[in-house]
Amino acid sequence: MPKKSFRQAVNEALRQEMERDPAVVIMGEDVAGGMGAPGEDDAWGGPLGVTKGLLGRFGRGRVLDTPISESAFIGAAAGAAATGLRPVADLMFVDFMGVCFDQIFNQAAKFRYMFGGKAKTPMVIRTMYGAGFRAASQHSQCLYPVFTHIPGLKVAIPSSPYEAKGLMIQAIRDDDPVIFFEHKAMYDEEEEVPDEAYAIPFGEANFLREGEDATIVAIGRMVKFAREAAEILAREKIECTVIDPRTTSPLDIESILESVRETGRLVVVDEANPRCNMATDISAQAAEQAFDALKAPIRMVSPPHVPVPFSPALEDEFIPSVEKICAAVRAVMAAPARRAA
Amino acid sequence: MPDIAPLTMPKLGLSMTEGQVAAWHKADGEAITAGEEIADIETPKITTALESPAAGTLRRKLVGPGEIVPVGALIGVLADPVTPEAEVEAFIEEWRARFAAEKEAEPEAAVPEPERVETPYGPIQVLEAGPREAPPVVLIHGFGSDYQSFLLLQPLLASRFFTLAIDLPGHGGSTKNLPGPDPASLAKAVSAAMTARGIEAAHLVGHSLGGAVALALAEQEPARALALTLISPAGLGPEINAEFIAGFIAARRPRALATVLALLFADEKTPVGHEVVEAVLRAKRLDGAEAALSAIAAANFPAGRQAYSLRHVLDDPARPANVVWGRHDRIIPASQAGRLPAHVKVAIYEDAGHVAHMEKPEQVARLI
Repeated sequence: MPKKSFRQAVNEALRQEMERDPAVVIMGEDVAGGMGAPGEDDAWGGPLGVTKGLLGRFGRGRVLDTPISESAFIGAAAGAAATGLRPVADLMFVDFMGVCFDQIFNQAAKFRYMFGGKAKTPMVIRTMYGAGFRAASQHSQCLYPVFTHIPGLKVAIPSSPYEAKGLMIQAIRDDDPVIFFEHKAMYDEEEEVPDEAYAIPFGEANFLREGEDATIVAIGRMVKFAREAAEILAREKIECTVIDPRTTSPLDIESILESVRETGRLVVVDEANPRCNMATDISAQAAEQAFDALKAPIRMVSPPHVPVPFSPALEDEFIPSVEKICAAVRAVMAAPARRAA
Repeated sequence: MPDIAPLTMPKLGLSMTEGQVAAWHKADGEAITAGEEIADIETPKITTALESPAAGTLRRKLVGPGEIVPVGALIGVLADPVTPEAEVEAFIEEWRARFAAEKEAEPEAAVPEPERVETPYGPIQVLEAGPREAPPVVLIHGFGSDYQSFLLLQPLLASRFFTLAIDLPGHGGSTKNLPGPDPASLAKAVSAAMTARGIEAAHLVGHSLGGAVALALAEQEPARALALTLISPAGLGPEINAEFIAGFIAARRPRALATVLALLFADEKTPVGHEVVEAVLRAKRLDGAEAALSAIAAANFPAGRQAYSLRHVLDDPARPANVVWGRHDRIIPASQAGRLPAHVKVAIYEDAGHVAHMEKPEQVARLI
């Protein structure tokens, strides 16, 4: 099977769905790129080249460059979705969502609910997130908890190229607005990705490995770190289950709880700032619903509550690391078992 | 018997480069007969028993449980109980030095990759192994599987045969547009893939649904089927485990699928590794795969019974045929191997289930 990068995987998903369904269009700042310049068929394809080649294949009727006005084109995408298209809008950096948030949480997220279930809004908002790109605090945030908070939105956070293609295809076929998070430090990661189209259902967590000692839940880029940590811990005879929720809304909390009931120990790894992030949400649900099973306090591995630093040394320290995950798992393993009541 | 015999990490499947001893079944100093199970070998794909290549006393275990070593590495030593310790030590030292030198000298062998061939029915994925000039063997997997079903058998055959493992339509990397859901239609795609690979006629090896496809191909184009080896085939009787078929189609998570796949084996402990489970889940996710599987299940196994009998195809005494079954087959009962014509060789393995080619690959290979 051919190896493909995360970037190629997303590109292939977009291309295959555009071929399959003429209602699928893409729009955003520079998704075509190079407007007015020679050689536009091989234009930029977005700031990091994810949509490269789509303009030449599908033309300007379906690959729409927009002005730098997020509230205009996200609103246009929501309206297009409500009236029959399946737009994929590129919000570029999730840090920019502040300027179009009303279109997302008051419009797109509410159409189905406020029109009595008669409207659907099959739009996808692609957006880059995450630290590690030396892009400073206005281009490095992990804002998926904000979207997860809003009913009516679905939130997909792929953890690998294979996951990215399948989740993107599902996002496009889904009849609700989906915020699709792409970690900008993952675009060059490669793995085997089928040439054929496939959809990964939302709300079904992936189990990357199963062990009986501790459960590690990790989001997005952190999944790979968690897996590496589990490999290191296995050599210390600590066997971990590693769970990638894939989507934070809907969240497959049942699978997480099932695992916590088996292992009795939970570590949640989340690159988002620590207040009201996915780690706190998952931890709270586990504490509420699986308290009796817990053999040790839940541990959360998240960055400190500060903006992402621009200093490379500080940025590296900010991001949860394999070592920090290992340390958290060792800590839950070392915690004394609770006395029987 | 030689005084000292090496136990080495076996190559389970064409792509295996390393593995671990999951467990030793024998103690230091224990006497062992040839063919006895000494240890469990585990890879991310499968766990399987290592059978002793010779008789002797287990003098050394060189690899502990969980330690990962390359294929061909020395994992233990068998010798006469009277062979001096010093000779055993010298053997190990010499063996290791030679292995290291060979590793150094030999570049990593290329792993054979499956390819897609174009046929009138759409793309069909095949994996070739073995010398082209050798007699051809075509391997046809069962319901829901793909060429990897022959992970263990194909390498054993590839030394003597030109082997072609075929993904049936609706399966693996082949087209999801079925020429039809019945064995006769699926056989047409197999025939087309043989043609595309320049194989006029072959020994057809079919497992489960693939057995019915092999029978259908032999019926439609008798000259293409030189011989048949059918492993727990469909088409010889009415019973089939409907829960397996429905469970396989419905399973969407690794654990649920692993539970279903365990039914394929004689005992509850599934030897299938997470890589195989994940690969099956991924194949099921491809656009059109689930619909194709459902259509095949409905046409071949409606209401929990097999829809047809192809027993008559085995009546031709001119075509050699093996029918292989595991006594503990929990998908299609081994009793269906009964009352076959005298020229059909029947082999029933007491400690195997539905997948004798995975549970007893050496024995099945010897029959072919």
